[in-house]
This record gives sequence, C-alpha cells and structure tokens, in this order.
Amino acid sequence: MKKDKPDPNSVKGISRRNFLKGFGITTVGAAVFESGQATKNLKAAGLLNVSDSIPIEGAKMILYVNSKEYSVHIKPKETLAEVLREKLELTGTKTGCERGSCGACTVLIDDNPVNSCMFLAVDAVGKQITTIEGVASDENLHILQNEFIENDALQCGFCTPGMIMSSLAIIKKNPAPDDEYIRKNLSGNLCRCGTYPKVFQAVIKAAKG
Amino acid sequence: MNKKEKVSVGLPDNLREIIIEIPEDEPKPWDGKSELNYIGKRVKRIDGIDKTTGKAKYTFDVKIPGMLYAKFLRSDFPAGTISEIDLSKAQKLKGVYSVLPAQDDLPLIIRYAGQEIAAVAAETAEIAETALQQITFKHTTSDFVLSVEDAIRENAPLVYQTTVKEKTTEGDLDSSESSVVQEGNIRGPKIFPEDENAEKFDDYLRNCEVIHTAEYRTQVQTHSAMETHGVVVEWGSDDKVKVWASTQGTFSVRNDIADYFKLKYNDVRVITEFMGGGFGAKFGAGLYGIMAAKLSRATGKPVRLMLDRKGEHLSVGNRPDSLQKLSIGATKEGKIKALKLISLGTGGVGTGAGTSGPIKNIYDYEKIYVEESDVFINAGPAAAFRAPGHPQGAFALEQAIDEMAHKLGIDPLEFRRINTTGNYIRQAQYVLGAEKFGWDKRNQVPGSIKGPIKRGFGVANSVWYYIYNKGFVATVTINRRGEVQVINGVQDIGGGIGTVLAMIVAEELGLEPDQITVKIGDTDNGFGPASGGSQTTAGITPAVRNAAYKAKIRMIELAASILGITTDKVTMEGSRFSDGDDISKSLSFQQVAAKIPGDEIRVTAERRSDNLGREEIKTTIDGVQFADVTVDTGTGVVKVNRIVAVHDCGRPMDRLTLESQINGGIIQGISYALYENRILDRNTGIMVNPNLEMYKIAGARDVPQIETIIMDFNQAMNSTGAMGIGEPATIPTSAAIANAVFNAIGVRLRSLPITPDKILAALEEQSK
Repeated sequence: MKKDKPDPNSVKGISRRNFLKGFGITTVGAAVFESGQATKNLKAAGLLNVSDSIPIEGAKMILYVNSKEYSVHIKPKETLAEVLREKLELTGTKTGCERGSCGACTVLIDDNPVNSCMFLAVDAVGKQITTIEGVASDENLHILQNEFIENDALQCGFCTPGMIMSSLAIIKKNPAPDDEYIRKNLSGNLCRCGTYPKVFQAVIKAAKG
Repeated sequence: MNKKEKVSVGLPDNLREIIIEIPEDEPKPWDGKSELNYIGKRVKRIDGIDKTTGKAKYTFDVKIPGMLYAKFLRSDFPAGTISEIDLSKAQKLKGVYSVLPAQDDLPLIIRYAGQEIAAVAAETAEIAETALQQITFKHTTSDFVLSVEDAIRENAPLVYQTTVKEKTTEGDLDSSESSVVQEGNIRGPKIFPEDENAEKFDDYLRNCEVIHTAEYRTQVQTHSAMETHGVVVEWGSDDKVKVWASTQGTFSVRNDIADYFKLKYNDVRVITEFMGGGFGAKFGAGLYGIMAAKLSRATGKPVRLMLDRKGEHLSVGNRPDSLQKLSIGATKEGKIKALKLISLGTGGVGTGAGTSGPIKNIYDYEKIYVEESDVFINAGPAAAFRAPGHPQGAFALEQAIDEMAHKLGIDPLEFRRINTTGNYIRQAQYVLGAEKFGWDKRNQVPGSIKGPIKRGFGVANSVWYYIYNKGFVATVTINRRGEVQVINGVQDIGGGIGTVLAMIVAEELGLEPDQITVKIGDTDNGFGPASGGSQTTAGITPAVRNAAYKAKIRMIELAASILGITTDKVTMEGSRFSDGDDISKSLSFQQVAAKIPGDEIRVTAERRSDNLGREEIKTTIDGVQFADVTVDTGTGVVKVNRIVAVHDCGRPMDRLTLESQINGGIIQGISYALYENRILDRNTGIMVNPNLEMYKIAGARDVPQIETIIMDFNQAMNSTGAMGIGEPATIPTSAAIANAVFNAIGVRLRSLPITPDKILAALEEQSK
C-alpha cells in the first residue's frame, strides 16, 4: 500500500464508533482523548503541535471535502457522517443503520469507500473526502450519475448516494469491472426498493464510458 | 352531459372495439390503438438529478433553525404495567427542553418489548439519548406469549384484556368487521363464505377424488425501509402546524394530527418532498408524529423525531406470520372442486394476519371454505405490508397447487392452466412466460438430477386488485410565458408518480415531460391518493389527464380567437395550433399562452368513477412468475438464478420505472423467501436481530437475472386506463422459489424462510 494513500479501514486503534461514543460520554475528568492516527493526521496538517492529544470538547480542524477546505469544530467522538450532515450541512450522505451494515453513508476517503457512520471525523483530517455532493463537476453530472438516471438505477433514492459512492470507487479502481466484481463491491450497500439490477447496468455502462 | 366514443380494448393482439359513454369534459380514453409519444415508453425520472447529486431533501434531512432532536424511551420487557414514571431528572439535564410520557394517564400497559414509554426533546440527539437514561419508572412484569402456538393454548397469558378493534390504513384491503369475535388471544375466525357450513363443506371435500392437505408456515418480515419512520413538526405560535413526514399518505398524517389535537385541517400542512421507502408501513401520523407534535407545542420549537433502526424494527410494522392448513379437492382429470384454508397468524399486538386473498381469487372452484384468525402475541404491531396477506397466502396456495399437480401427475403449469380457464389474461401470461423462461426444459422428475448441486424450476401465480379512490383533485396551470405545471398533494414513495404526471400533461399538451413543473408531496396542493393498495397511479392519473385536457381546450379556444376561426377548425400538431383550413396560419404554444387574459389558465379536474355501466371491467391484476434455482445439497444453500415475471397492470404509463417496481417486488420476494426473519428471544421476548446485519435483507449478491414481461391491457375505463403494480410483483416470488426448490431436490419446504438448516433437515428426513 502506498504511503500517501492510507487505507482508511486499517486505521490503528479503536474504530468502533459506539465504544468511542460511550467513552466520550462517560469519561469524566479525562481531559484528553487519544487517537493515534488522528493526531498524526493533525500533525501532518500542521494543526496540532502542542499536545499529542485532542481535547474531549473538540477542536477546530480542517476537513477537505469535495476539494474544498472546511474549518470545523470536531469532537473526537463525532463520526464523519455526523460532521458532514450536521455541521457541513452536506445531507446527501444518509445514515440508515448507524452501524455500518447498510452502506447508505458511504463516502470516499482518498478514493476508498468508507462507511462514514463508522469512521471518526478526526481520522479524516488531512485526507481527501468525497461525498455525493462532490461527484458532479460544476456544470456536468458525472457519467455514473447520468447512467444511474438513464438506467433508472434508483427508486426512493435514499440508498442512492451511498450506492453511487461505492460505484464510483469501483470504476476508479477497475476500468472494466465484471458483474461479479460489481456485486462484490456493492454488497455493503443495501437497497430496500430492490434496484440492484439497474445499478449493475449503470456501473457497467459508466465504466465503458 | 355525456358523449360517445369508440375505443379499442383488450390485449394488443386481440383488440376489439366498443362504444363507451364519457363525460363531455373528458378526453377520449387512451386505448389499444392510441399512438403516444411518452405514455407507455421508457421515460427517465424527473427527479433523477436531485436523487443522484444529494440535493433531494428527505424528512431525514430537514433542518430548521432551533430544531430539537427527539427520541423515545422503549420498554425492554414484553409485558407488564408501569405505574409511575419519574421524568424529573431527565428534565433537569442541560439542553433538555421537554420530556413527555408516551401515554398521558398511568398505568401504562406494556404489551411488547420496544413499546414507547416516554419521549425527550433536546438540543442534540446525544443529549436526548443521555436524558433517556435518566428516566426511571416503577413497573411490574407479567407473563407473555411469543408465538401463535403458545398464544392459543388454554390459560395462555392474555395480551389484551379488552376487545381489540381492527385498525386499517390505506395500505390495507377493506375488511368486513361485523361478525368477528375475540376469545382469549384469538380474534376470529372470519369465515368465508359467511353462510358456509364447515361440516357440510368437509363432506364435500372428503368426496373429492383426489385430496391434498398440508400445513404451511411463513415468518414475520419487517418493512425495513431505508429511511426510518419519522417527522419534523413545527408547531407555530399561531397554532398552525407544519409537518415534514416520511409518509405514504400526506393527507392521512394531516388528518391524524388535526383530529388528535382538534385543529382545523386547513391549519395542518404536511410536506413529503422525498421519502425513503414505506412498503405499506407509513400511513398516518403514528405515535412518533403525535409525540413530536406534543413536544413541539410544549417547547415552541421545531422537533425532529426520526426512529432509529431498532425502533423501526420493533414498533412501526411488520408482515404477520402465518400457519395455514390448506386442502385441495380435485377430480382425477385435474379439475379443482374444493378449496379449504384454516389460517392463523399474528400481527403481534396488531391485527391484519388474514391470508385468504389468493385462495379466493385465483382458481376456479366449486366450493370454498375459509377460516382465518388473528392471534395476539407480545410483539410489535403489524402494518400493511406490500400486498397484505398475499405473499403468505400465495406461498401456501401455490405450493399446494404444485403438490396437487404432482400427485395427479400433471405438469404444474398445465394444472394451473386448466383451473383458470375463465381468465384470458392468465392464459396469455402462461404462454408468454413459459416460452421466455424455457419451462419445457425443466427437470421432469423432481430431485432426479445427479450430484450434490441440483437445479430446479418452479412457477407461481399472483393476484391483486384494481383499486382506486375518488375525489382527488389535480390542477394544471399554463401561464403567459407558456410555463406549465401540474399540482397535486400526492407523495412519490419511489414509484415515480411525479414523472408519470409530467408525462401525462406533456402528452396531452404536445410538450416534453421536462417542460412540465411537477408540484407534489404537499397537502396544500389538493387532495391526492395515499400510496397503498397499488392505487396511486390508478387514482390520480385520470384526474391529471382530464385537467390537462381542460387546459388544452382553453388554449384551443384562445388560439381560435387569435386566428379568427371557430374552435373546431383548430388542429394541433405537437404543441402548435393551426388553422385546419390553412395550416400556414399557425401559432406556437408560447404565442397562444402570451395572450392568456390575466396571468394564467388554471383548471382542476377531479377523479371520478370509471366509465361503468357498460360491460364489466376486469378488476383483478394477474401475474405469474417462474423461478430457476440451484440447491447445494451439501450446504443447504439455495441460490436463485433467474426469475421471469409476467404481469399486467392495465395500460402501462412509464415502462422504465414500472420495470424497476417489478424488479423490486421480486427482490423483496426473494429476500422473504430465503433470508428475512424477525427473531424474538424466547426467554425475554426481545427481538434479537433489530438491525440490518442480523436481520438479513437481499443484497447485491443475492439478486438473480430478472426478466419482466409487462402486458399492455387496455380497458379504457377512464382517460388513462392505468392500474397498479407495486404490490402484485412481490406476491408469487417466494412460492415460485419454493416450488423450484422442490423440483430441484424432490423435498417440500413448507416453511419460510427457506434457510440452509431447513434444507439439510428436509434432505435428512427424506433419506430416512
């Protein structure tokens, strides 16, 4: 694995969101919270140089979302999904289960799909985050969005942002994904309306360009 | 005043002409010979960009300045009584604005684990969560029942001490209530036909030449929409209430809230711009809606109450389970004489467990006898779920039909054919489906394939009904710039009704769908249908077309006056208006619109009764599905390879979105057949899988190849001729899969879900 593209799934330390949340709420008197990767990221971003820790009440940090820089106050226990939705008002990212089993909250971190409900916002500092709002360029829809619309790869649309983000990761990594590859890489995204067959079509067509 | 029109009705290759009488102000209905630009074609969704860019705002996304976050405290025991609740500690927490009990008066009887006890509204979701932990209460627990078998035992603990009235929503079929009795935990039976004598019927059945009897079971399935139930309520200081709701029925939410708080309907506005799936469970305000409104009223702030995934599984609906004893009596030649169903099912603390739709409405028979009962247990309430009762009923009936065919040595499809001879739609569906599927290539002797991996084919029928309500009001406007909009309160639950409305107006006015502004999902927009019973399209489209037609007539009148001719001389080519005698004299849509007096043309039309009083209109929606499965007899894993689905739904509107709905129905059916199951812990009564990893729904790797055949069936019973598809498509899938499993391994799986352990146990049993 290249050093400049850390795999977000292999973040060291604790990544179980609920554990962290519980820890955050119940720890009284502990003024600091340690997250190895987060502090490294902060240091790398030049945002943390006094202490090796993030205060439990949070701190102002920079998030790179959709090629924009956001200065935002983040608490160590906050998930990326919460920060995106509540603080940056990027509500395109949905949450459907809050425990990483439905994929509605999928975003890309350095081109890797991640369940943002299971990913701490502080761990995303210094990385490139892409949400559904950043998929289209100013003027034009991304080919994947076009193919989703053309093939009717959506019904109620609630899973669609996550589905598109996972699909985007697919076509970024594999220029000619076959059916099996697509299914495997979409297996973390649930669609209760049952639109999968058309999603597969859309991804194949988008990959072909 | 009425006018007469000649229309072509029937299936495309067998159209016949009839004369119908329609109101003067309605257009000639679209029929089998109409050549249309958009209707019946594949038109992409008008809200595709919003949904693929993250712009689409769901109730889940609504954020208003000052908005509070509300959460429920739920019971973690299935039965008991709460005599005191102490909310004071929670109320004192910083950031907590209001804490209210779920029921105003105590005691609060708890009937299932997950029942709401109190609700908190706080500055953040996190504070609300913390506050819930500060609520204490005094309670006693009592004995509980968790299954139909336990609940019908003598001296079983009673779920209710009082008589329960059936609650129905727009998602349920009408049920006749009068004669239903409740004894113990059993509510019923409802008997059909009401005057049938059980003993006489049994005599008749016994005398049939060939009899098949077996028991079939289905499980509880939860709706599991991706967007949970919920609302944002803004109770204004003027007592006007604005509600954003994730609902299938904006007007039912309005009515519930206005009725509960004794407000004027006109003072409650419900908005559903986008909603993330409902499948039957999202009608009315629900306790969450009422509590959010109470909290908003109490705090003077907007309140967001969206359920979490666990609350969603526990408290806002499910498909009841069933235990069906089904008998078929037939002649040796294969004619069905008698059908009998004894059905028990539980909707937890709710009702609606009947399963008799399929057995009553698919096959020809001489005599039928049905007894069906609701059984109460200590579990969350059922709600209408995509074709209430029908997947359960079809799972039993369609397997029983298969078993009877097997017993008689008749091909299962042939057996279906000879017992539905009066239904020419079905007969055509069998032929189309069998050919597309390759039914003739099926393994003739079930279980005869050598080796551990066995492949099998199965078939099953579905039935649903042409349902519509009246009184919906559609508005079409054309302004002086030639901008057109269509307005109605109906919500789009994912079926794409907004797109269909744009298509209809575009078709009528000679415009393109993306030129039409669609305003829906708001009770201020005029009465629209609730999306239940597959009636949305059938309900609203005739009103929309009729309104567009009226607007067109106004434009023609205007064009005539500009051209200085009489209206009957005006011809329309696309959206251009011409002098029929001299087509060089013509006006564009914009040119005519520019002369609109005042600001706009605004016309409304109401959904009226169909053009009845001529011949009978076919009111069933039929379908047949074929399944191709592989069973690994070593692991017990069933894989669905392919489904071919043939359905009719009147005149198709948007074939693209229609196909998506059928795909979705089938995939939900596969999920029901193989994976989904609400599991209650026997010792505690607590659901052990209230999430989306242990409660399994079909994912990308579980989806087979799906081929749909949509039959165009024109009845010209109103101006659009549309019927519904949302529900029919999910009805026969689990039965077709079960029949295919039998064809593969030669053993019947009469219990859902068909999990590997059941397959292995059945094979073990067979080998004994």
